[in-house]
Amino acid sequence: SSARPLQRLSIVLLRKVNVRDALNQAMDEELERDEKVFLLGEEVAQYDGAYKVSRGLWKKYGDKRIIDTPITEMGFAGIAVGAAFAGLRPICEFMTWNFSMQAIDQVINSAAKTYYMSAGAQPVPIVFRGPNGSSAGVAAQHSQCFAAWYGHCPGLKVVSPWNSEDARGLLKAAIRDNNPVVFLENELMYGVPFDLSEEVMHKDFVLPIGKAKVERQGTHITLVSHSRCVGFCLDAAAVLAKEGVECEVVNLRTIRPLDVETIEASVMKTGHLVTVEGGWPQYGVGAEICARIMEGPAFNYLDAPAVRVTGVDIPMPYAKILEDHSVPQIKDIIFTVKKVLNM
Amino acid sequence: GIFVTSGRSMVASSRSYADFTPEKVDLHRLEEGPPLTATLTREEGLKYYRTMQTIRRMELKADQLYKQKIIRGFCHLYDGQEACAVGIEGGITLSDHLITAYRAHGYTLTRGGTVREIMAELTGRRGGIAKGKGGSMHMYTKNFYGGNGIVGAQVPLGAGVALACKYLGNDQLCVSLYGDGAANQGQIFETYNMSSLWKLPIIFICENNQYGMGTSVERSSASTEYYKRGDYIPGLRVDGMDVLCVREATKFAADHCRSGKGPILMELQTYRYHGHSMSDPGVSYRTREEIQEVRSKSDPISMLKDRMLSNNMASIEELKEIDIAVRKEIEDAAQFATTDPEPPLDDLCSHIFANDQPFEVRAATPWTKLTSTS
Repeated sequence: SSARPLQRLSIVLLRKVNVRDALNQAMDEELERDEKVFLLGEEVAQYDGAYKVSRGLWKKYGDKRIIDTPITEMGFAGIAVGAAFAGLRPICEFMTWNFSMQAIDQVINSAAKTYYMSAGAQPVPIVFRGPNGSSAGVAAQHSQCFAAWYGHCPGLKVVSPWNSEDARGLLKAAIRDNNPVVFLENELMYGVPFDLSEEVMHKDFVLPIGKAKVERQGTHITLVSHSRCVGFCLDAAAVLAKEGVECEVVNLRTIRPLDVETIEASVMKTGHLVTVEGGWPQYGVGAEICARIMEGPAFNYLDAPAVRVTGVDIPMPYAKILEDHSVPQIKDIIFTVKKVLNM
Repeated sequence: GIFVTSGRSMVASSRSYADFTPEKVDLHRLEEGPPLTATLTREEGLKYYRTMQTIRRMELKADQLYKQKIIRGFCHLYDGQEACAVGIEGGITLSDHLITAYRAHGYTLTRGGTVREIMAELTGRRGGIAKGKGGSMHMYTKNFYGGNGIVGAQVPLGAGVALACKYLGNDQLCVSLYGDGAANQGQIFETYNMSSLWKLPIIFICENNQYGMGTSVERSSASTEYYKRGDYIPGLRVDGMDVLCVREATKFAADHCRSGKGPILMELQTYRYHGHSMSDPGVSYRTREEIQEVRSKSDPISMLKDRMLSNNMASIEELKEIDIAVRKEIEDAAQFATTDPEPPLDDLCSHIFANDQPFEVRAATPWTKLTSTS
């Protein structure tokens, strides 16, 4: 038979992967890639992880590399840092970042500052990870966002993924990084699926720490956010688009180092800025972004003051109606955009 | 045998070794402790003498420089406790690991640092062991993880190092030191628990110098038997002023660890002549008589010297020569430490991250551009 002209079919294979599985696969691949990587924390091994993020890893890698700890955060965080001093590459899980307060001295004084104090003699290749920020109905002691606290400290890298691609690429990058990384996950995002391309699923796919991503192009106003609130910004943008307002949505991905260049470029394009975060307003991530914009070239492009949308400045209440009114909602973002645009 | 020392004097029948019986050893959950005799060779004796004397003189020089305001900030001196650092090092090797708190100058030396770079770190110069970035409490060498400023935090860190030793299967261990003041820290008990559960090769060592800052052990601790505080962890208590006791106890403890039995706890009873730090005269919470009594009856260097002399292992002249050599070493180091320039301003922001591209660091004002390199 005669040859037919070759047709090139371009197929983009996408897989639905939720954030939990993205984190799980990232850890699995990095454990396999480098023997020095190991995971420790409460319930990470035989329980498969309190939030099932480490499901299957203990079965595969055993006691040596997946270690259940007693409920002693200060002790096991210190042990993890010491292991990093001596050349291993620990992943230290806090069941939630609220419990890291028990261990915060080890994160800051032992991990973050050591490379500096030793004038470069002692690197600390450690990842601290766990769910951060508000969840659903877990009340005041289990709902705090630590992005601002850890983002304050030199010597730490602080990462806050939103979707599965972020989770996968940034966790792999964090594990391969020779520095202490605070990895802030979000419990309510664990079950949310996203499409991942083959490129993203490649075992060496990493995302650069310190680089924000423009998730949605826009011309009228810049929305800057991190973690779960990125999704709210995109939802708000969809609603606003129907009214002819085109929002540019910037996903920070990293809290520290902050990618101020991407934010500035966006603000210089749109002339308007709104930051959106789940954490408390005072001395927060949004406050830092606004200060930096004031101090940089983008200020002259602002047509209105930059404004923050944040969690309400109260401990998190329990009752659903109160909890719903403690966190930024999509309507708050829409309201704020219209205020800033004088609509 | 007969030998000649540098043409000055001849010592007849100097002993090449002597056997000693350590003082008592208190045991906790141990059937037997370190052996009841220890052998000291002449070579070892001279080495221990020289190292202890070096620490002593170095610390006294630091005292001087601090009073001249050439050393600033915190300065916690180790004079009186020399037998601990030297004896411990005699019981392990440099491929083992060690971590301690802030009274760390002696350990920095025994772990391979030089007097020059230690003193230059105290004076904040670029030739300091941490290039002037760390200061008194933050000195590091190979397999020595400081120098740690937060009381107690070094203990879990040491267990982490021990975990790495076990993980890597290298037969090494970690010595994790803390004082009587730190001994009540919760994180230490957390560390006892995990080290025992996981059988980590860690030697916990409590340097009990009787005072946590200005608080005597009786006023800080419901139980002052620190060697028992590990509860399920076997423990021993020895005289920390006797370098041989310390060495033998350390060897015993190291064997315990290396045989896979897990952690062990040593309490060293010792004493510091200085106050807690250079800001503390050290006499408001203890008497001068007490300090003097320890100096005259239990000084670690005098004890070793007397032992060597009375056993014909060295001559007075020989030891004097060591003293002179040590004094010179300290003077040279102090000279370096006071003349070496301070770190360059370019170094201000360096060493934030390892293996990274240079990046911009926010300065005191938005207009100054600072760069950090690895």
